[in-house]
Amino acid sequence: MARHKTTNILVCGIGGQGVMTATEILAEAALSLGFDVKKTEVAGMSQRGGVVTSHLRFGERVLSPQIVPGEADLLVGFEAAETLRWAHMLRPGAVALMNVGRLVPPVVNIGLFDYPDDPVAEMRALGLTVHAFDASALALKLGDIRLGNTVMLGAMADRLPFPAEVLRQAVLARFASRKPQWVAVNREAFELGRRAVAEAALAGSTASW
Amino acid sequence: MGAPLPAPAASRLFLSGNEAVARAVWEAGCKVAAAYPGTPSTEILEELAHYPDVYAEWSVNEKVSLEVALGASMMGARAFCAMKHVGLNVASDALMTMTVTGTAGGLVIAVADDVGMSSSQNEQDSRFWGRFAHLPVLEPADAQEAYAMTRVAFELAERHRCPVILRLTTRICHVKGRVEVGERVAVEPAGFTKDPRRWVMVPGNAKPRLPLMFEREAALAAEAETSELNPLFDGSDLSVGFVASGPAFMHVREAFPDAPVLKLGLSCPLPVHKIRAFAARVQHLVVVEETEPLVESELKAAGIACHGKDILPRLGELAPDVLRPAVARLFGGAAPAPAHVPAQQVFPRPPTMCVACPHLGVYYTLSQMRNLIISGDIGCYTLGAGHPWNALDTCISMGASMGMALGMDKGRGAADANKKVVAVIGDSTFLHMGMQGLLDITYNRGNVTVLLLDNRAVGMTGGQDNPATGRGIRGEPAPRVDFAMLCEALGVARERIRVVDPYQLPVLFKALREETKIEEPSVIITNRPCVLIDHYQPAKPYRVLEERCTGCGNCVDVGCPAIHVIRRETEVKPSGKEVALSFVRIETAACTGCGLCVQPCAPEAIVCAEAPQPVQFLRKQ
Ligand code: SF4
Ligand code: SF4
Repeated sequence: MARHKTTNILVCGIGGQGVMTATEILAEAALSLGFDVKKTEVAGMSQRGGVVTSHLRFGERVLSPQIVPGEADLLVGFEAAETLRWAHMLRPGAVALMNVGRLVPPVVNIGLFDYPDDPVAEMRALGLTVHAFDASALALKLGDIRLGNTVMLGAMADRLPFPAEVLRQAVLARFASRKPQWVAVNREAFELGRRAVAEAALAGSTASW
Repeated sequence: MGAPLPAPAASRLFLSGNEAVARAVWEAGCKVAAAYPGTPSTEILEELAHYPDVYAEWSVNEKVSLEVALGASMMGARAFCAMKHVGLNVASDALMTMTVTGTAGGLVIAVADDVGMSSSQNEQDSRFWGRFAHLPVLEPADAQEAYAMTRVAFELAERHRCPVILRLTTRICHVKGRVEVGERVAVEPAGFTKDPRRWVMVPGNAKPRLPLMFEREAALAAEAETSELNPLFDGSDLSVGFVASGPAFMHVREAFPDAPVLKLGLSCPLPVHKIRAFAARVQHLVVVEETEPLVESELKAAGIACHGKDILPRLGELAPDVLRPAVARLFGGAAPAPAHVPAQQVFPRPPTMCVACPHLGVYYTLSQMRNLIISGDIGCYTLGAGHPWNALDTCISMGASMGMALGMDKGRGAADANKKVVAVIGDSTFLHMGMQGLLDITYNRGNVTVLLLDNRAVGMTGGQDNPATGRGIRGEPAPRVDFAMLCEALGVARERIRVVDPYQLPVLFKALREETKIEEPSVIITNRPCVLIDHYQPAKPYRVLEERCTGCGNCVDVGCPAIHVIRRETEVKPSGKEVALSFVRIETAACTGCGLCVQPCAPEAIVCAEAPQPVQFLRKQ
């Protein structure tokens, strides 16, 4: 993506998953390269398990902070059904990176609504390119569900208009200053995410043949 | 949260509008800043508390915060207060007199409108208060402008000796962008000048000041005509020109890069002559503003033809994808929208209470009781109106639960004679506006049971401190109000005040049943802190023994998000009645072992994840 064009990334999930933190780190990476950056969260009582989307736009000069439906270059979904909820934000031909991990809300639990049977299949049926993988499981394998955040950042790393290394540095720098004991495991989480999405992309391309 | 030391001047920081305002308030040499937390304004004071040399406080409500700021201004100090839109309604009584006295040291009021209603009980346009109070209104369009205009606001306030309203919206407060910051200036308070004719607003003193207020407004209007705050952005396509304020300006530039735009930074009073000249140059004039057609109406009243809410939505947020088709319709066409797949229907995901939230026990208990009318209030506990509890009947405004409950009690007819009136209020809300209502209940002998949910935080806005937490805005120790004594002082009989643990369902249930039976005011205070703060100590998690679970679903009714239904079945009873069964699992990683769900589980299927333990059993009413 050329510099004069504004890059639009939509990150979605639910309150408490670290959607905003991940977008913040992504924003820091873009800022470090001298881009003009705007970041906004779309409302919802986000701390209370509600729907969260974080809009990130960067480029030469960014005016409106909001991404218009059909103009997202990348959709990053931290939760399966939430990714499906925001599918319409993607521009044609763009890619969704999707955690297949599910967080079932009380309204589904008590039987008022159904959770979609197969959100990945529904996304693909819409003609979208989806790289789906279980980021939650990878995070748990490393010992903490909160690492899902870094796994997702790793997944994004090779799909940005700047080198993956810039994002990696932004992730590690954040932990180096706040929780140095977490640097090593986050480095691992980042690489796991990167690899998982590469494998998902391969699997996806064979499946579509 | 800010760094311990403010960033040096000329740094380019990535700040939200709220953080940018805080930085500018500090730079402007402001001495006193006060607020009551409220989305989307909360972070301004949170951030200011990190800056040295500024006195910062959480006030008990917005009116008090404005009064604190005015007091400081009278000393000649620069002063600031922040609030959300509904907060300015609360503060308006003080505001409407402040505009008559005017101010000494620069006083800036940041008011954040929740356009799009992310977490408020209404959507309102606070710019009306500028017109109502004849005060200047500044409307930044992004974080950088929020920073710059805050600094300008203090100067404008001092030049005209009146409060300045800095009108923010969610898209300013919570949008981050690059902000180049400057140097702090030291402003020494000029000192108090005794002048009762100015500061003592009895009619004889107030009357002569009214003409001065209108003189000031005329001076501000003249300033608006030439102010750099109202710049003209030229464009090559004169078929349509825009007048825009606030973040709407950014959307206009994004959607119509070639159109000329007159940007209103100082939007009250309006630069009418400048706008008239602009209107003459373009084929159509479109006013783009959030949310009410305020500027539009004023322009039409001045005889300037324009479009506005005839083509744009009257409520909610504006965005480029809203503007494009609206303006296209002006020319009889349809704007090409970017291609995209249709929006998918996915279940709604409303916000919910946290795992182990102490309010769960309260709402579960309320949901198990019959014949209650429950008057609710503003805070996390408003979520009790949702599933699975459905245990709130009303919610209007901060503190209103008290007076409304009294009104329900006094206004009830024969149809509701057997009903018990319960009012639910949080600690901070009670101190904000609830106390007076409780006094009214005791004074007028209302038959109301008040549930005072003391979770030691302003929970909804992220756990800020208040006089019930024992800490000040910087986390420093502070006196802690004793609610039981306070309620007694407000007239509740001592034996009608109970403090209960909301995790002990049988105790809570018994207290509620007894107090609702007794026909006098009573208060049940719950005493568990919010799980998100206060060094919350999780206990050992629980799990469900599959072989024992009968699928009764009682634990699901508690509403803890850590409980998941894994299987549904329908059982046909001997009577032929069909019963839905929900078999559950506890997400052990999330469970904090509060023990709430354990209590209604009759077959004792919920056990400690480590070793089975005996459990208590709560009988349904
Ligand atoms: S004990 Fe039950 S109610 Fe309490 S946190 Fe665990 S699952 Fe939730
Ligand atoms: S309350 Fe007990 S028996 Fe009923 S569904 Fe929950 S775990 Fe099963």
